Amino acid sequence: MIIKQLSVFLENRAGRLNEVFGILGQANINVSACSVADTSEFGILRMIVSDPEKARAILKENLFSVNVNDVISFATPNTPGALSRTLEILSDAGIGIEYLYGFSPGDKSFIVLKSDNIEKAIEELQKHEMELISASDLYKF
Amino acid sequence: MELSIWNRHFETMPREQMREVQSDRLRDTVERVYYNVPYYRAKMQEKGLGPEHIQTVDDLKLLPFTTKQDLRDNYPFGLFALPMSEIIRLHASSGTTGRPTVVGYSRRDIAVWSEVMARTLTGAGVGKNDFIQIAYGYGLFTGGLGLHYGGEKVGASVIPISGGNTKRQLQLMNDFGSTVLACTPSYASYLAEAIEESDIERDALKLKVGIFGAEPWTDNMRREIEKKLRIKAFDIYGLSEIIGPGVSFDCEYQNGLHINEDHFIPEIIDPDTLEVLPEGELGELVFTTVTKEGLPIIRYRTRDLTRLHFDTCRCGRTLVRMDKCTGRSDDMLIIRGVNLFPSQIESVLLEMDETTPHYLLVVDRINNLDTLELHVEVEDRFYQDKISELQNLGKKIKNQIESTIGLSVNVKLVEPKTIERSEGKAKRVIDKRKME
Ligand SMILES: [Zn+2]
Repeated sequence: MIIKQLSVFLENRAGRLNEVFGILGQANINVSACSVADTSEFGILRMIVSDPEKARAILKENLFSVNVNDVISFATPNTPGALSRTLEILSDAGIGIEYLYGFSPGDKSFIVLKSDNIEKAIEELQKHEMELISASDLYKF
Repeated sequence: MELSIWNRHFETMPREQMREVQSDRLRDTVERVYYNVPYYRAKMQEKGLGPEHIQTVDDLKLLPFTTKQDLRDNYPFGLFALPMSEIIRLHASSGTTGRPTVVGYSRRDIAVWSEVMARTLTGAGVGKNDFIQIAYGYGLFTGGLGLHYGGEKVGASVIPISGGNTKRQLQLMNDFGSTVLACTPSYASYLAEAIEESDIERDALKLKVGIFGAEPWTDNMRREIEKKLRIKAFDIYGLSEIIGPGVSFDCEYQNGLHINEDHFIPEIIDPDTLEVLPEGELGELVFTTVTKEGLPIIRYRTRDLTRLHFDTCRCGRTLVRMDKCTGRSDDMLIIRGVNLFPSQIESVLLEMDETTPHYLLVVDRINNLDTLELHVEVEDRFYQDKISELQNLGKKIKNQIESTIGLSVNVKLVEPKTIERSEGKAKRVIDKRKME
């Protein structure tokens, strides 16, 4: 249930973000989810791709600084309060959230979440029968 | 290890006595240049100075400076203080811009050169039982022959292989059992890698000491070379205008290079005001030779930045010590009235695990106030997913730099390998104030 997410350190420079996507596209790597966190000085591009190891190697070759880290993904109903109820499960179990990003294309919301305790987060969500997305499902999107 | 001292009399002389030696020799030198070198006579007369005005080392500050340009303007032999019949050797540095600088040696100058190089090698523990492989270039450059004379003087078996031809270097190192390697630090790193890639077993080699100089190198590079080659690496400093290698050298404690100051008197000046700075302050190193006959030189501005330490070293030498040179005064910036050398920034970055020495300083003037921005690459493993940690890293670098230079600075982390690399002179500073 652990999903490999790539984080790329980016300076705030015009066109830099698109260079990453260009390189991945050339290598026939698909991006299934992404988000950019930025400060006034720099940004971090986080993304889930179809082949994390290959993507990491190619970006390294192109001199980007890339990290691979573990995240989880789950689906909630696309209704008011649904996300709150899910996050409550985690906070009740004392699990911290570093960040999350998500999107609701239809009757479901898909969330990517980074936590300080991934294993326990998975365990809790499974215990409450939440719909966890596996890596292979997500890469197929 | 307790290493021996080549010339105990001068190398451990009480400071008061050293001053007397220097003063005597300075008076003699000033007299010689005044009467034998029209250039120096004219310069001194301009300042209303005669030889009688220079009595002790304290009077040094009255004398005019000499620069590389002055040597070029008097190309080739204009500053020599002896007739050419007394000059037995000429060396020259390749001028990247314009004329080369030419230096001439009398028979006694060559003897002095051998003496200071013998001190240098003895300070590194090199003696008659050693095999010294000299991989500095022989020729117009002073490196090869300087080491050569010193090696012969201490009675070592000298292998004058000169630079280059790495395969041959390794073969002779192995077959002759070289115990000492003398070359530039960058060539030493290169040889270390070549040994790793060859079929030579490091354990089969007898190498124990490296004598490295002729280019700036950091303590980090020293540690790296020492680890790779499994030797103790000694720094040597010199420049052909003064004599060549042998101006100053590391002892076994490596806490600054001992200057052979009975031959070369050092001063530290502010490169902007040209005032002599108090003991321990960072500034430009200036030398006056006091025994050279062929080309005596008065207050030569080396452009190298360092500090001087006058306390007695643990090795027993009283010879003043200079810090390893890491920067050039030509690079000095004046920010809000404070002198800043980019090398100060570089040494902070080198000391921190998180940072690489790749940086760019951007100076600007906003609302009449000088601003300083530092772009720095961090070590790959420190770029990471957590924004707060990256911000903390930025703050840590900022604090370290500010506490060293005493100026506030904005730190900007940049992507790896985005700061321009170049051999030798990298572009380290963009001063936008000059573009106004
Ligand atoms: Zn010492």
